[in-house]
Amino acid sequence: MKVSLEWLNQLVDIDQSAEELAETLTRGGIEVEDVENLNKGFEKVVIGEIISLTKHPDADRLLVCVVNVGQEEITIVTGAQNLLNGDRIPVALVGATLPNDLSIRKSKLRGVVSQGMLCSREELLLDDTVGLDRSADGILILPSTAPIGENFGHYLGREDSVLDLELYPNRPDCLAMVNVAREVASLTRKKPHLPKWAEPDQVLSLPIASDLRIVIEDNDLCWRYAGLVVEDVHIEPSPEWMQRRLKAAGVRPINNIVDITNYVMLEMGQPLHAFDRDKIEGDVHVRPAYPGEQLVTLDGVERTLHKDALLIADDRQALGLAGVMGGLNSEVTKDTRRLMIEAAHFAPVSIRRTSRRLGLRSEASNRFEKGINAYGIAASLGRVCDLLQDLKAGRPVSFVDEIKNLPTRRQVILSTEHTSTVLGIELGVSEIQQVIEDLNFEYKESDGLFQVEIPTYRSDLEIEEDLMEEVARLIGYDRIPTTLPQGDQTQGRRTPEQEFRRRLRKTFTQSGMDEVMTYTFTRAESDAQWGSAKHSIPLLNPLREELGVMRTTLIPGLLDVAARNVARRNMDVSIFEIGNTYWGDEHPLQKLPREELRAAGVAVGKSERHWLEQPVSYDFYYLKGILEGLALEFGLKLEYRVAESQSLLHPGRSADIYVQNQYVGFLGEIHPSLGKEWGLDRAVVFELELAPLFARIRQTVRAHSIPRFPAIQRDMALVVAVETSAEAVMAKMKKLGGDLLQQVEIFDVYTGNPIPAGYKSLAFSLRYQSLERTLTDEEVNLLNSRILEGIQQEFGAERRK
Amino acid sequence: MWLITKLGWYRENRLSSLSRGGSFCVLSGTSGASVGQGTCPLVPEKDLERVICLKSEILRIREEALRELSELDRPEALQELKVKVLGKKGSLTAMLRQMGSLSPEERPIMGQVVNEVRSQLEQAWEKRSAELERIALEQRLATERIDITLPGIRVPRGHYHPLTQVIEEIEDIFLGMGFQIAEGPEIESDYYNFEALNLPKEHPAREMQDSFYITEEILLRTQTSPVQIRTMEKLHPQLPVKIIAPGKVYRNDDDATHSPMFHQVEGLVVDRGIRMSDLKGILLNFSREMFGESREIRLRPSFFPFTEPSAEVDVSCMLCGGSGCRLCKGTGWIEILGSGMVHPKVLEMGGYNPQEVTGFAFGMGVERIAMLKFGIEDMRLLFDNDLRFLQQF
Repeated sequence: MKVSLEWLNQLVDIDQSAEELAETLTRGGIEVEDVENLNKGFEKVVIGEIISLTKHPDADRLLVCVVNVGQEEITIVTGAQNLLNGDRIPVALVGATLPNDLSIRKSKLRGVVSQGMLCSREELLLDDTVGLDRSADGILILPSTAPIGENFGHYLGREDSVLDLELYPNRPDCLAMVNVAREVASLTRKKPHLPKWAEPDQVLSLPIASDLRIVIEDNDLCWRYAGLVVEDVHIEPSPEWMQRRLKAAGVRPINNIVDITNYVMLEMGQPLHAFDRDKIEGDVHVRPAYPGEQLVTLDGVERTLHKDALLIADDRQALGLAGVMGGLNSEVTKDTRRLMIEAAHFAPVSIRRTSRRLGLRSEASNRFEKGINAYGIAASLGRVCDLLQDLKAGRPVSFVDEIKNLPTRRQVILSTEHTSTVLGIELGVSEIQQVIEDLNFEYKESDGLFQVEIPTYRSDLEIEEDLMEEVARLIGYDRIPTTLPQGDQTQGRRTPEQEFRRRLRKTFTQSGMDEVMTYTFTRAESDAQWGSAKHSIPLLNPLREELGVMRTTLIPGLLDVAARNVARRNMDVSIFEIGNTYWGDEHPLQKLPREELRAAGVAVGKSERHWLEQPVSYDFYYLKGILEGLALEFGLKLEYRVAESQSLLHPGRSADIYVQNQYVGFLGEIHPSLGKEWGLDRAVVFELELAPLFARIRQTVRAHSIPRFPAIQRDMALVVAVETSAEAVMAKMKKLGGDLLQQVEIFDVYTGNPIPAGYKSLAFSLRYQSLERTLTDEEVNLLNSRILEGIQQEFGAERRK
Repeated sequence: MWLITKLGWYRENRLSSLSRGGSFCVLSGTSGASVGQGTCPLVPEKDLERVICLKSEILRIREEALRELSELDRPEALQELKVKVLGKKGSLTAMLRQMGSLSPEERPIMGQVVNEVRSQLEQAWEKRSAELERIALEQRLATERIDITLPGIRVPRGHYHPLTQVIEEIEDIFLGMGFQIAEGPEIESDYYNFEALNLPKEHPAREMQDSFYITEEILLRTQTSPVQIRTMEKLHPQLPVKIIAPGKVYRNDDDATHSPMFHQVEGLVVDRGIRMSDLKGILLNFSREMFGESREIRLRPSFFPFTEPSAEVDVSCMLCGGSGCRLCKGTGWIEILGSGMVHPKVLEMGGYNPQEVTGFAFGMGVERIAMLKFGIEDMRLLFDNDLRFLQQF
């Protein structure tokens, strides 16, 4: 809502500057988003008269003008060609900053001093409603009546400020100047001086129209419909003061009739619409559209109407879309002689649907959507009558007012004691009384209990707490002290699962992975590829088509991030995300879907070069190492099995991950053909379901004592077929070694000369130790050779010489 | 000094005094020149000559050894010299063997002299050895100089996403004030997201939030507020309820200051006698923990369907401290969250009797706080995930 201060000042005394008033309103709960000084850019622009025009001595295309600007005559050099002696023109004096941000300085043009600038419409951001026709191709030329020396902004009536109110949905009343004035009056403790019609209960002293009948077909969609019949209509432009106020409010002036309806809407909050009375045949119907019904609206567009669009129609046809836009067939034209001016209530839901559907939002539809005061309908027509007479635009003769439904009038009880308790401020009865009086509400009080009559324009005040807010905002929220809750003390603590997620993040970052956060909605195709198309949940209204489904896997989001980084030459990518995936069990969803927490990672490239170390290549073993670290951190035993049917991963470099025989995720290099698609060379990925991991993490650590007897170390290098898994060999070793073989580690893997093709060399370090005694070399040697024999038999291994 | 004087001392058998003072200058002098002649009534002249001869030999060995010692530059040579002088076949040891030719009176005194020299030499060795070690150490230190400006070995270090950091910081502050962390689903029913929060269907306030719908009844939650209802349903009639609920929320909006997915932290306290001043106290504590000890807050009237009275909360600008700057657009205040007293209808929906309990609730945007805290200008950077951006945190 744009509020002209000049207009507002007529309705309530204001002794604050625009900025101060904006602060008062904002602190009072009516947020002022912006204060616009309409005269901005015109401060140093005055009206001047051209006294002489001579050719510039040294430039063919320039003219030297002497201009009378009231107090003095100044010289200005211009290139404009549309000027005549005696023309009145806007002159930007030295020091001016024009609306288009051009700063005017004293300058010399080919040796002649120029003390300002003559302005065009473009430079002043004005349209062609200002100035003579000759202004089109050069300097703006004003009528000869323009007073020389006057400030140009003042001449245009721009010496005004406009407050732009950002209204919350609970305060639609402030879409009316009279109610903004009431609000300012309450907050600044002034008395408003409003037109008598600002009292919603005022009645019209006009005869009831005998020839006009209103038929409301749905009492829920329309509570009240009033029509004012006007004769002797005389269409002309509205007066300058009205146009100026409309423009300040952001409404374009059209003619006196339309301008009156808009003016009253802005003033009283009631949208109005003028029909050509002579185009209405029979009764006025308020009804939903018929299936397939059509209407050409005022903008000339032929529209096929939805069946729940509310219409104003006569006996034959639709005349307009209720509350949204009138029809072309009943438009007021210069030939219109009689009017019916409509003031009505329409259900917000209906108006919102229709205006949304057609993409037609207007000042009127906005007010209907937020809810208008159905009590004030007749009063707003009374205000129209006054203005019609003031402007000599027509003669109100009669009216009809069909009332189907009015909201109940409300009384709310406000307790001084309860208010003090809830706000935490010690408040006396008189303080509350003062607030209610400042609000100008009727009330009765006894024992600190106020029985408050809620005016019909304050639909937001329903319960005691609503009035408490009125009290708090009028005495000022700053009066609320700071205290702490007095109840039982509580211990703040993360749940084990919250703690698990936190530690998991820490484990990944400590392993050198960077955390990323991606959108949880993603492309349907990529999600189907890596996740489950069957379970993915599509959005009805996605932001963009490519963000159409809720993810069932984190991988595509991470691959996107990796690819984007590689494309930007960030070649060292090791990233992870912990987040939900969303699993619908039916389509369309009948109940809330499962939200399954996962962790996933992508690594591609290698660590940066370093003068001392070899870079780490981000391959299968890199990510596996990180997962092994994770397993250690949480006391989990992750098992890696050759991936069964993974078409997305490199068949030779991928694994399924199990915990106690339950599948929990996968790890692997992405398939080369997919890598190409994403623009990623040899990226490795993993994804883990977190619920099964969390269920199995080690709860507490039981410490072992340190063995007292020394350990004996033996190395064993074996040549085995390349397919042989190192883990199988180690498992067999452990089995053969029994309790005395405390640890087996692999410390070297080698292929190539002199190992024959198809074979590899594995080197193990075996640690023997007893908890009870010191082992002898002999028994260790014996055990070691038994293990060697066993392995040789089982795997056809050879000892590497 | 005369040697004979020394022999007189010997006669008095006060051996210990041999090593004392400067009077035994034959042995302690720097050369044999001070060996004088004279007569000794007790020692035959030829013996005296032999004694003098032996002694000067011992002195020579000593002088020689000390000289060599001072010229040595390698610790190994030190050992070699020691063997050469003091070893089994060393020159000083050989002197001891010659003592057989001395008279029984002379032998102990000569033995004593040899031992004195030995001990002196050993001391000198020790000293020289320490000196050599020091020199060697100095040399080592001089050669072991490295360029300390070269970078160290890289220990991998990943980075938490800035939003994670902010969420954890907020959580920790509220955990410290006795709050629990509650959670709820991101895909939510219309009931929990709107209706139970006093936003019936077609309520104009629903327009403040452009929702992503899945069906007419199921949507991506537009706020963390539904966790208020879920928590109350779960906990009632238990008191107090004291939770925060961090999480992802969604609105159909995408520009420099809006992201279609973003994060909020909701807060809810319900108990007997909760006041709006308690809300102010808790939020003042939070703001000071989060933005600095000297921050102040102010409440402004606002509107949320699920709170009444409602308040927007501003914190004094963390950049200028309240004097007005670019960040706070000259006002000195920065809006950080919305809050209010829980609407009686919402308490009822959660299963509590609004006649008996009151509560307050608040909600803040994590992205906004992260942007303020880290000076991030464009919200989209937070989800673009460029590593050059993320690795700053």
